[in-house]
Amino acid sequence: MEMIAPEDQRTAQSAATAKSEDALLDISLGPHHPSTHGVFRMDVVLDGERVVKLKPVFGYLHRNHEKIAESVSYLASMPYTDRLDYMCSLTNNWAYALTVEKLAGIQVPERAEYIRVITAELTRLQNHASTIGFLMQEMGASGTPLMYAFREREIILDLFESLTGSRMMSNYMRFGGCRVDLPYGWLKQTEKVVAEFPRFLDEFERLLSSNEILLARTQGVGVLSKKLAIQGGITGPMLRASGVNYDIRKVDKYGIYDRFDFRVPIGEHGDVYDRFMIRLLEMRESLKILTQALRDITAGPIMDTKTKIRGFRPKAGEAYGRIESPKGELGFFLISDGSPQPYRYRVRPPSLINLTVLEDMCLGASVADTVVIFGTVDIVLGEVDR
Amino acid sequence: MNLEKIKSDIEAAVPGCNVQIVVNGSPSGQHSLLLERQHVFEIAKFLQDDSELHLDYCSNVTGVDWLDTETSEKVKVQRLVDGVEQEVEEIRKTRSPGYLEAVYHLYSMEKKHGPLVLRQRTENRTDQINLPSLTPIWRSAEFQEREIFDLYGIIFEGHPDLRRILMWDEFEDHPMRKDYIEPNDYEYEPTPHDAVLEKSMQH
Amino acid sequence: MDPELKNELSRQGIFTTTLEELYNWGRKSSVWPLTFGLACCAIEMIATTMARYDLARFGAEIFRPSPRQADLMIVAGTVTKKMAPQVVRLYNQMPEPKYVIAMGACAISGGPFKQGYNVLKGIDRYIPVDVHIPGCPPRPEALMDAFITLQKKIATQHLTGVDRPRHLNPDAPSEFIVPEFGAHDLEPPKNLKLWHITSNSSPKIPSTADNNEPGKD
Repeated sequence: MEMIAPEDQRTAQSAATAKSEDALLDISLGPHHPSTHGVFRMDVVLDGERVVKLKPVFGYLHRNHEKIAESVSYLASMPYTDRLDYMCSLTNNWAYALTVEKLAGIQVPERAEYIRVITAELTRLQNHASTIGFLMQEMGASGTPLMYAFREREIILDLFESLTGSRMMSNYMRFGGCRVDLPYGWLKQTEKVVAEFPRFLDEFERLLSSNEILLARTQGVGVLSKKLAIQGGITGPMLRASGVNYDIRKVDKYGIYDRFDFRVPIGEHGDVYDRFMIRLLEMRESLKILTQALRDITAGPIMDTKTKIRGFRPKAGEAYGRIESPKGELGFFLISDGSPQPYRYRVRPPSLINLTVLEDMCLGASVADTVVIFGTVDIVLGEVDR
Repeated sequence: MNLEKIKSDIEAAVPGCNVQIVVNGSPSGQHSLLLERQHVFEIAKFLQDDSELHLDYCSNVTGVDWLDTETSEKVKVQRLVDGVEQEVEEIRKTRSPGYLEAVYHLYSMEKKHGPLVLRQRTENRTDQINLPSLTPIWRSAEFQEREIFDLYGIIFEGHPDLRRILMWDEFEDHPMRKDYIEPNDYEYEPTPHDAVLEKSMQH
Repeated sequence: MDPELKNELSRQGIFTTTLEELYNWGRKSSVWPLTFGLACCAIEMIATTMARYDLARFGAEIFRPSPRQADLMIVAGTVTKKMAPQVVRLYNQMPEPKYVIAMGACAISGGPFKQGYNVLKGIDRYIPVDVHIPGCPPRPEALMDAFITLQKKIATQHLTGVDRPRHLNPDAPSEFIVPEFGAHDLEPPKNLKLWHITSNSSPKIPSTADNNEPGKD
């Protein structure tokens, strides 16, 4: 593979777009700005309305998650993981539980694996729906698409609430299983939600996919090449929109993902429109997984009986575990020194690393497009800054 | 992944380098390769270009702070005590200097295998804290190496844009280090419990 | 006016009011919050404005992106030390009369992240807060409750007298100091004019007698 030196590439691109040095305008976009992605700041250099340089500035939501986690027990970090990517608490739980299970060699009972798949895919549904809603909001479709998305999100949050006790901060998974079993009638209710969800997707697609304004604003905007996507460590829907077939559910087959029949949608152009469509298609695949999981779920225990959750002390060693979260590859890296607290606790945040190529995608685009391109990266600041 | 084979491949491809396998004691079985800083760049390039490995995707880059450790062991020594040779127990302390470590997790998107874990270590924790940056090879390391520079203080040579990323520029400390002292701004709610009451008395 | 007489009159079809009531009624029914989300609570704030919870019923559906057009700041989420100067600056830019709701445990005290080196332990160190609403994150219903509480507060404000609101009192400050980034911490770490903690050397131990005291505002 040819090496892409970041600095060379950027100077070459900016030289092509910049006309005269003194006509440039430095603007700080954020940390408070009308876009709905939290306290993110971009230092932008503009030539007229074209972006010639863009530097993201982070840290406005740096909540010291890793430092705190290194001073508390393994279990006590579980509620903190909820607050990483606060749109998708359950997948965060899973990633952390999976890593600790790797670190300590814990087996998960079958029913718990099914519950994890069901909750994770529901999380993916509500995340992708809201992401598209927010994207439309940023494109100027104020209100309607986001309200449609949140209408569906609330229905899924009701399921989460009856299962975990909280709308957003679930704190549900444990090392070796899940905290509580499904409440009575939950599966029936979920089946109903899953059966009705395609109607919303159809409505959403009819409303948006062939909308002329949307096509004009998204097609050919913010193109990310396949090579740069791999080089920049991009994961998740964004990577697949650039045409790379890499879904950790298929690659690692963590949990019981090898039992389900689903496809991985792949984009062609790697532009904003592809990233938008990939999310719509992924929701349909998630529904497929959900239907199969709800059909096949078995009765049985939900916790590994051998695991002692209280006073948990894994052997000295380290483990890196990762899952396909709705944003991309969410990984946890843990080093244990045999004490009740992890010696090193690290979150590999997909949102942060997906922003690596933000500048490359935005160079030459207008400010309005920058916001749209940024919207399709789908970041959550809690995870970017941790 | 067969680490022994990768190790011999690396040593064949990059002459003169010394690669050690760091054994991981946990059931995860993710052992790692410890690289010398002189050859890190060539090795990384080899790992990326090699047709069999083709590790084109650097997933995770982490800093770890290992403090100076002091191990004490009891040794029985023969010694003259009051003219008579006796066996005396003596405590010997060995002090090993700490170091900062950068850990890289590599995968291959094309071959769909991984992870290969690389480590590189600094000489100590105070003045010799430079490591070669791998950002020119894997761009995904860019923000993560900046983060390690910010929170651990490792200086990555060859990084295109090494600035603080999470804390503000005027900040002087490296907060993720194990010996970082936090600002004393924690207000303890005065409760009847002894420990908390004592802490709140200090404020 | 005697409330009983007023009641009696309204039963007879005669509506009486005072300038103060009318003025406050207008203010409380059209609060314009600032579009300002910091963290997790912001998502619940957005959910509150959406169809199911519909904050518009309380006259506050118009979230303004500019602080110059807003009169309510909902501090929704963890305020980090890096963000604190910007929060105070935004507050300073809002025109009077202005109100603050501290939404969630983080904005009140640092919440679960209180131990963090970069986390501000409560936004009331730098700006005055009118309503604290606990929760992590507070449910949309809780935010609506905070909102109604704020409306009640606005409705009972007098236009004259010593307890008149800040915007009618030329001596009361409208802007507060913006902290600066220091080498280890923010400078100053708190605004001492706003943040009063009971005598440092002898902390007050809560007892049953203290619990009966009315809450300090």
